[in-house]
Amino acid sequence: MPISILTYIFCAPLLAALALVVVPRNYRVIIRFIALLGTFVSMVLAIKMFCQFVPGHDGFQFEQQIPWVNSLGISYHVGVDGLNVGLILMGAIVAFAAACCSWEIQTREKEFYILLLIMSGGILGAFASLDLFFFYALHEFALVPTFIMIGIWGRGERKNYATFQITIYLSIGALIALIGLIALYLQSGANTFDIPKIIEHVKANPIATNAQNFIFPLLLFGFGILVSLWPFHSWAPLGYGSAPAPTAMIHAGILKKFGLYGLTRIALPLMPQAAHHWMTILAWLCLGNILYVGWVAMRQRDLNLLIGNSSVAHMGFIFLGIASLNLIGITGAVFIMVAHGFLAALTFGLSGYIYQKTGTLEMSELGGLCRKLRFIGTALLMAAMAGCGLPGFANFVGEVSVFFASWTVFPVVTILAVWGALVIGGIYMTRAVRKILHGPLPEKYANVADATNVWRKLPYALLLASLFVFGCFPKLLTNQITPDATKIVSMTTLITAKPNMVAVSEIQSPKSENRN
Amino acid sequence: MNSSLIALEICVLALGTVLLLADFWMPVERKKFLAYFAAIALGGLLLAGFSDSSFCQTFGTAFNGAFVEDAMALFFKRFFLVAAILVLFVTAEFSDKIAAGISEYYSLIIFALAGMLFAASANDFVMLFVSIELITVTFYVLVSFQRAKLTSLEAGVKYLIIGALSSAFMVFGIALIWGTTGKMNFTELAAVASQFLDNKIFLIGVLFLLAGLGFKIAAVPFQIWAPDVYQGAPTPTTTFLAIGSKAAGFVLLLRVLFAAIPAVAEQWRDFLIIISGITILYGNLCALPQRNLKRLFGYSSISHAGYLLLGVAAVSATGQSAVMYYLAGYLFTVVATFIVIVLVMQNLETEDISGLAGLNQRSPILAATMTLAMASLAGVPPLAGFFGKFLLLKAVIGQGIATSNHGYYCLVFTALAGVLISFYYYFGVIRAIYWSKEAKDLSPIQLSGAAKLAITICIAGIVWIGIFPNTILNLADEAAKSLGI
Repeated sequence: MPISILTYIFCAPLLAALALVVVPRNYRVIIRFIALLGTFVSMVLAIKMFCQFVPGHDGFQFEQQIPWVNSLGISYHVGVDGLNVGLILMGAIVAFAAACCSWEIQTREKEFYILLLIMSGGILGAFASLDLFFFYALHEFALVPTFIMIGIWGRGERKNYATFQITIYLSIGALIALIGLIALYLQSGANTFDIPKIIEHVKANPIATNAQNFIFPLLLFGFGILVSLWPFHSWAPLGYGSAPAPTAMIHAGILKKFGLYGLTRIALPLMPQAAHHWMTILAWLCLGNILYVGWVAMRQRDLNLLIGNSSVAHMGFIFLGIASLNLIGITGAVFIMVAHGFLAALTFGLSGYIYQKTGTLEMSELGGLCRKLRFIGTALLMAAMAGCGLPGFANFVGEVSVFFASWTVFPVVTILAVWGALVIGGIYMTRAVRKILHGPLPEKYANVADATNVWRKLPYALLLASLFVFGCFPKLLTNQITPDATKIVSMTTLITAKPNMVAVSEIQSPKSENRN
Repeated sequence: MNSSLIALEICVLALGTVLLLADFWMPVERKKFLAYFAAIALGGLLLAGFSDSSFCQTFGTAFNGAFVEDAMALFFKRFFLVAAILVLFVTAEFSDKIAAGISEYYSLIIFALAGMLFAASANDFVMLFVSIELITVTFYVLVSFQRAKLTSLEAGVKYLIIGALSSAFMVFGIALIWGTTGKMNFTELAAVASQFLDNKIFLIGVLFLLAGLGFKIAAVPFQIWAPDVYQGAPTPTTTFLAIGSKAAGFVLLLRVLFAAIPAVAEQWRDFLIIISGITILYGNLCALPQRNLKRLFGYSSISHAGYLLLGVAAVSATGQSAVMYYLAGYLFTVVATFIVIVLVMQNLETEDISGLAGLNQRSPILAATMTLAMASLAGVPPLAGFFGKFLLLKAVIGQGIATSNHGYYCLVFTALAGVLISFYYYFGVIRAIYWSKEAKDLSPIQLSGAAKLAITICIAGIVWIGIFPNTILNLADEAAKSLGI
């Protein structure tokens, strides 16, 4: 089998990281150039792959499989379908944008770029891989640099505390998910880590319900911690607030989607009964994200904490989409994953720029910046609008589909969530815009310089353009997601049908009508 | 009897004797190079074992079944040879600090190696006891070799007292087992052990025997010596203790539990689970506040004994092969750690963690080696430590599902807590290398060719075993099969 384009996409940053190891640390331009080149190549290839992708193709595309550990059934297996094609495209674009934004790092650049490239390469590999072991290991590989980067290049007084907290939370989440994945491998009886094969096997021999009820919560909460599911979200705002901008861009943009992707790709189709059981709980928990964290965001005085909280709040919509367990909901959830990746990267990149120029993100000290920072200010305004779900930006499409989908299953939750999305999101976003961009300009900022250079503008322009393109032409993405989302949904309903008749018909029947 | 089976052991003993004799004729300034001679000789034996099928590859038993050569013995013999070769390299770097008798130090290492090789093949309680004594007695001397250093002597005395105590326990245990069953040979004992499951004296004998082995692997509650001895002993001795002695303990533990008394192992699952869990927590929690590097790794080695016991507690073939795989990765990681400590701490009085400050400017290779080793110990992919922990956890969860014993699930979560705690102190070491502000001495560290070679082997081992686990895993599976559980 020839080498898949996916292998190139995620190996390009890793190879660049390897090349950086041998470059002496005082060759700053070369270090930066190699990092940009690595992520650029991966971005171009990802765009090419996205364009060549055929929606509705049976099975996976751009597949490559090499046996790795035969006795355990682990193989290097990559491939894309509608669920991860958008995520890989988003990941590669965000990684390039983050590398562009890294000019703010002035100390120990070599180590910073190496870690940044490991993060981007690792997580792209995790999204591409169709083997449970590689799926997990590559994410873990990408996760560890995050802690180091926050610990060393982080900012603010609470940097050490934030590093400590994010390390403990995310490691616990990842390890709980690891137990869930190993238990899943052993319970499935397929004796392979290959996800498509496990799915095939489980279609014929469903996993016993009591085992599902034990494994599903492990995956739900393990992945949930990684995605900052309420009430396990408290690491996120502080962690992102203390992280250097490129790290926050990659983590909030890409790494955070890992848990959601894992839930949709692995947990839902393999453990449908348990999924049905837990989805009501998940729907109510995600209200915690949308409403509670939304309120918390309203009270923030620091721009980064506000963005961090708002990104936690956005996760609620994705969880709601997953919880609705129907075609529109899953499609919408995957759509928001992609859209939010661009959005989170954009907002953290912009706040990083403002911090770099003004030295603070306290909103009471800022003001009137739009007079000086015309480009950055406009971009921040657009990002804020995208964040409260203005039509024309990609987030709107995803959120609307999620609400349509969840209305049929959880009407009460949907009513509350819509309120949270429109009113609370609107309040904190417009308030932030008013405080930072409008009003009188403090004298000390009379000399702040806008991004004039093309290179400085490029990352923000790229991310904004992506938000626009998918916002105005959502078909580009939904066409690709829908066929495979259908498969996931059919797996969650098909298999439940059999035991429904016997055991739990009185609980399951009203929901399954709605779902079909 | 087939005495050609012990050809390897005889060669190693002969090498030790040659080293002792060489002491008479070798000029003092050249004695340092005896280490390389010994390492090359051992390397030759290792290669001969891989290439020539008749040399230490014929399986069978000797001495009335007291000595067995099987896949597991072969796996561990290769392991011990590699360990001894790497330890000799570490010793050569350290030789300036050992004032007199360096060639005796080398030959003691070789004799300890011979003890380990016999341990790998022990299939009889007499063989077990003799090989353990050969290892322990040589280590008494090796630990207290720096006679001028008070800490070294103190460590030697501690090791002697606790070692003697545990040997006494072990001998008493063996006597009780023999007294009740009348068997010394593991294979014969396995056939009758299930009849003695409610014989209290027999079970007390087994308990005493396990206490002696628990001392070797530094499992709770016999771990108390480890930090002191690791700290006080000369660093090469510490290295050999951390891998050779520990692995010898594990090979004997695997043999005794699964070849001699499988019925008891089956019955004592809960006991093994508890010991493993407590060892993991104790090692990791106590390592947290440590500032002395060698003491830190003393506690860390206790926690790794706990992880390895996960595979023993699983009482399954996958668990045993996971133990062997984990040990293989652990070997290179530990040697990498200690060779860096030797090279960096050469001119320092203390062994404080702050001695690593600025290492990335003094020697980027050493800094990278230490970082890789710490990441592997903490279990970061794609290094050997990650895949090893993955296998151990998989074995334990598999047993949890197979036997529906909830203790296994508790054990898994305990292990995860341990891994989480260990992140803190392993990354603390990395932080000290790259990001401490108090670096005083920034003079570059010169590496000898041999040191570079040893470091390259270690790095290659850590990365290769992690990225291409197939070879080692197949060997370990093969070895686990020979135990027959």
